[in-house]
Amino acid sequence: MTAVEVKDLKRNYGKVEALKGISFKVPSGEIFGIIGPDGAGKTTLFRILTTLLLADSGSAVVDGDDVVKDFKSIRKKVGYMPGRFSLYQDLSVEENMKIFASIFNTSIEENYHLVKDIYSQIEPFKKRKAGALSGGMKQKLALSCALIHKPTVLFLDEPTTGVDPVSRKEFWDMLYKLKMQGITILVSTPYMDEASLCDRIALIQDGSFLKIDTPQNIVDQFENTLWSVHSNNMSKLLKDLRTNINISTCFAFGDTHHITIKKDSLIENGGEFDQMNLRKFLEEKDHLEIDIKPIPAGIEDCFMELAG
Amino acid sequence: MKVIVAENLTKKFGQFTAVDTISFEVEQGEIFGFLGANGAGKTTAMRMLCGLSKPTSGKGKVAGFDIYKQSEDVKANIGYMSQKFALYDDLRVWENLRLYAGIYGVPKKEIDPKIDNLLATLGLQDEKNTMVKALPLGWKQKLAFSAAIFHEPKIVFLDEPTGGVDPVARRQFWELIYDAADRGITAFVTTHYMDEAEYCNRVSIMVDGRIEALDTPKNLKEEFKAENMDQIFHQLARKAIRTDS
Repeated sequence: MTAVEVKDLKRNYGKVEALKGISFKVPSGEIFGIIGPDGAGKTTLFRILTTLLLADSGSAVVDGDDVVKDFKSIRKKVGYMPGRFSLYQDLSVEENMKIFASIFNTSIEENYHLVKDIYSQIEPFKKRKAGALSGGMKQKLALSCALIHKPTVLFLDEPTTGVDPVSRKEFWDMLYKLKMQGITILVSTPYMDEASLCDRIALIQDGSFLKIDTPQNIVDQFENTLWSVHSNNMSKLLKDLRTNINISTCFAFGDTHHITIKKDSLIENGGEFDQMNLRKFLEEKDHLEIDIKPIPAGIEDCFMELAG
Repeated sequence: MKVIVAENLTKKFGQFTAVDTISFEVEQGEIFGFLGANGAGKTTAMRMLCGLSKPTSGKGKVAGFDIYKQSEDVKANIGYMSQKFALYDDLRVWENLRLYAGIYGVPKKEIDPKIDNLLATLGLQDEKNTMVKALPLGWKQKLAFSAAIFHEPKIVFLDEPTGGVDPVARRQFWELIYDAADRGITAFVTTHYMDEAEYCNRVSIMVDGRIEALDTPKNLKEEFKAENMDQIFHQLARKAIRTDS
């Protein structure tokens, strides 16, 4: 079963091409991540798929229904958690839940099992106004409201933006439990480290998908060899590495810098990277504690290679 | 020279202790990472250091000024930018810089040449008359940072400056922080990207209103027997009793 099928979707805002022809399929039961920076087109895509915005061209089918012709049917069965908190701030937690449940002709009691894990965490505060909740509690309430009518497909637009690493991990644990209940989840995020938590991901930039695959396949397909370099003076190291003629790209990555080597300089060396040469180069520039080693690429390395 | 000195700084809201007797010092030109889970007290602590909120108890000096008695002097000698608010979308690039420069009292004669210089350095000369809302986020954040340090403050407070910014622009942003630090401007940074914690000279991690760890990334990794800052953050933040939920 296919939960979402999108063909050549385009959408402009005036001169700005927000979506430049996107196609992809999401099978039922998958967690599909759409990963890219702000302004890449993630929200536009989600708004089209949830029938809140019309595409200029192309087609999209969600759970068997066309987003234009069958929009009423789609609205009944998908859940949507927008990036910006969109619940009623001056209604209580419980009142928000009741409104969402009654709009969809159901009740909190009927689908309590579905939201129990999440809603039980905020239930002690059910009389509190939604506007007075902390960030993490708002997030849980919004997810509960998006789930209360037992959606077949759940759209989560940047649910973890601005959330600390520990709370982000907890949120992903909740998503796994929902996946186990058979709900298909499309989730967008600007955090590259969340890619590995998805079944498949699409990397998006400037309105186009750079790649769609499993996180593992994407890192396996990294084209260059990647090396990490460390020395006693990391900020000088960054500048010095960029002056080396054999180096193609150089980016800071936590406590090391990641470099890729120019193709022609590899060919000159019979396909090998001349590590000793680089070490000598750095020693001449007064670097100490030099450490150079090959490393496997991560999703963020891949994103930068593909976007570059 | 120490540009921030906090001694037993505490802030209570009624019965709730948001910031619980924190003490630390930050040197001039240092890049200081201020980490913690949502709700750990980072924002409250930062507001006190910026002269926006009076501490309940404890002492604090920022840029040489007392945060109780000289909060206006504190404000004049710091810069501030956050991911949520930084620039006015419906003002042009040069108008935003002009506005910041005026607010911070940069002499009138210096403003225009400095704007041109700055835009040339950032490679944004052609965008001088562009409305800020039309700029890509990565450029906007770089411009916002430049606006925040336009008056050459002693310290710049950066509250999640790189949230949602693409990987390349995020790294370019950090190079601007390095450059500012080389010029002697202290950067006080919060972030949820743990790789960025590694770019700081020293890092503090707040849990339940207290600073539970403070050292160089290298020393912290040895102390906590961790491979990276992410593992340390998880170890500490998991201990939190107070939750944001």
